Amino acid sequence: MSLSYEGTIPSRPRYGQLTPRPGSGHLFVADGEGADAILALFAGPGAKGMLATTQIVYMPGPTGTDKSAELEKLGADIFFRAPDYSTAQPRLKRLFGSAHMGLQLYLTGTEGLIGQAQRDAIEAGLPHTAMQTEHRGSTVRRVQCVHCKGITENVRTDPFVCSHCGLNLFVRDHYSRRLAAFQGVNIDAEDPGQVPPQVERFA
Amino acid sequence: MSAGAQRLDVTVAEVVDVNPLIKRFRFVRTGGGALPTFSGGSHIVVDMDDAGTRRLNPYSLMSDPGQTDSYMISVRRDDNGRGGSLYMHRSVRPGMQMQIGWPVNLFPSDLRAKKHLMIAGGIGITPFLAQMAQLDRIGGRFELHYAARNRTLGAYMDELQTRYGARVQTYLDEEGQAMDLKGLLTSQPFGTHLYVCGPKPMIGWVLDTARTLGWPEGALHSEEFLAPPVGQPFEVELARSGKTIRVGAAQSLLEALEAAGVDAPYLCRGGACGQCETDVCEADGTFEHNDHWLSDAEKASGRKIMPCVSRFRGARLVIDR
Ligand code: FES
Repeated sequence: MSLSYEGTIPSRPRYGQLTPRPGSGHLFVADGEGADAILALFAGPGAKGMLATTQIVYMPGPTGTDKSAELEKLGADIFFRAPDYSTAQPRLKRLFGSAHMGLQLYLTGTEGLIGQAQRDAIEAGLPHTAMQTEHRGSTVRRVQCVHCKGITENVRTDPFVCSHCGLNLFVRDHYSRRLAAFQGVNIDAEDPGQVPPQVERFA
Repeated sequence: MSAGAQRLDVTVAEVVDVNPLIKRFRFVRTGGGALPTFSGGSHIVVDMDDAGTRRLNPYSLMSDPGQTDSYMISVRRDDNGRGGSLYMHRSVRPGMQMQIGWPVNLFPSDLRAKKHLMIAGGIGITPFLAQMAQLDRIGGRFELHYAARNRTLGAYMDELQTRYGARVQTYLDEEGQAMDLKGLLTSQPFGTHLYVCGPKPMIGWVLDTARTLGWPEGALHSEEFLAPPVGQPFEVELARSGKTIRVGAAQSLLEALEAAGVDAPYLCRGGACGQCETDVCEADGTFEHNDHWLSDAEKASGRKIMPCVSRFRGARLVIDR
């Protein structure tokens, strides 16, 4: 699944491609197909020597992709598998709290994963431009309802029903770095019940 | 009119000899009252009337940003400079009325940082004095590493060590004390931002070392005010105002524009902020680009010039002013 940036707005995050960078250590945070980006980086030039100082925190993707076995075989200094981001989060926060400047951060996989890891790194004091990101896999979105503030994970359709307050929400490209979420706005506020058919926009 | 060009009327309240090279000046608002608030790292442009020659030099505010009853700057005498610092040292006396620009901050502390690591060389200490006072008040974590030739020239070293204790480390070149920069940069907690102010070679050394060690660009901050270099006099045609002006050997193009009554934008007057960027309409000759603003490609294109520090040699130059 690849993302298209066509016709979007400036606040919509954009992603690049992971490349090895010099540093005292390397922390990869990935979910699902993000594993492929890590494998590709280590298959390329300039990365072999990094393995001894590499740590990988990995979780399966929202569509169930789990490439733990392949990643573990890579031979990084530390490989850690978590069931999901909220389980991995305390470990990441502890890592950020004890790490030193020079540690390189590589985030890859779904936008929800990248955004949340980025938010936690920014909270740890890192500039938002400091981490490398590469989108891989599912395009499902993490969306915050602007009305009840509840966050719905893995949104596939547009519009969708808020999992907290039940409003019909239209998925915008407007993105909050602080929340690591896109914005969802009620679509039938004027004419309750007038909801356009749901379209599978994210897969 | 450009932001930094807004003037404040001030009176010199105090002039203090800090050491053989540095004098400290304190300004209060003429007629009383508070001066505008500022944040640590800000500078002001001091307007000097040096026997008919107008000089506008930027100096970092060193006083505590929490105190707006007066501003303090420190000026290092440069005997080979164009004369601004010599004027400040020789002619500025308590009671004198002067004009200064509003504070502008091109070197702010990034308050999202977990820790602020500051590296100062010589007179480059001044912006950090204000930053530390501000951070200390809000409970920010910081550490200063301050190098100077010797203790006499290490302005404020003793006061800083008394006030901030182990958060201030000093290095005296003449006593062979060298900073272990690599050790320093590899032991900083994740989320630290780095700030450096001092002589050009020092800034280059610190930033290059940090980059090699994997520090991200967004965590690196530096400030260096370039004094406009002296050079050959040259002529410039001004396309918009229809004038032709001559830039003297010890004058900058920006100063020549101002002397001709042409309103040209500026903030730093030191080649750093980008505010004075000017389009070149025609050029037959060689540019002497001295700024830190334009990219190498822009410098090579010959389509842009930064009048605060850059010069020209050749047959003809026409700029869009
Ligand atoms: S005035 Fe700042 S670059 Fe010229």
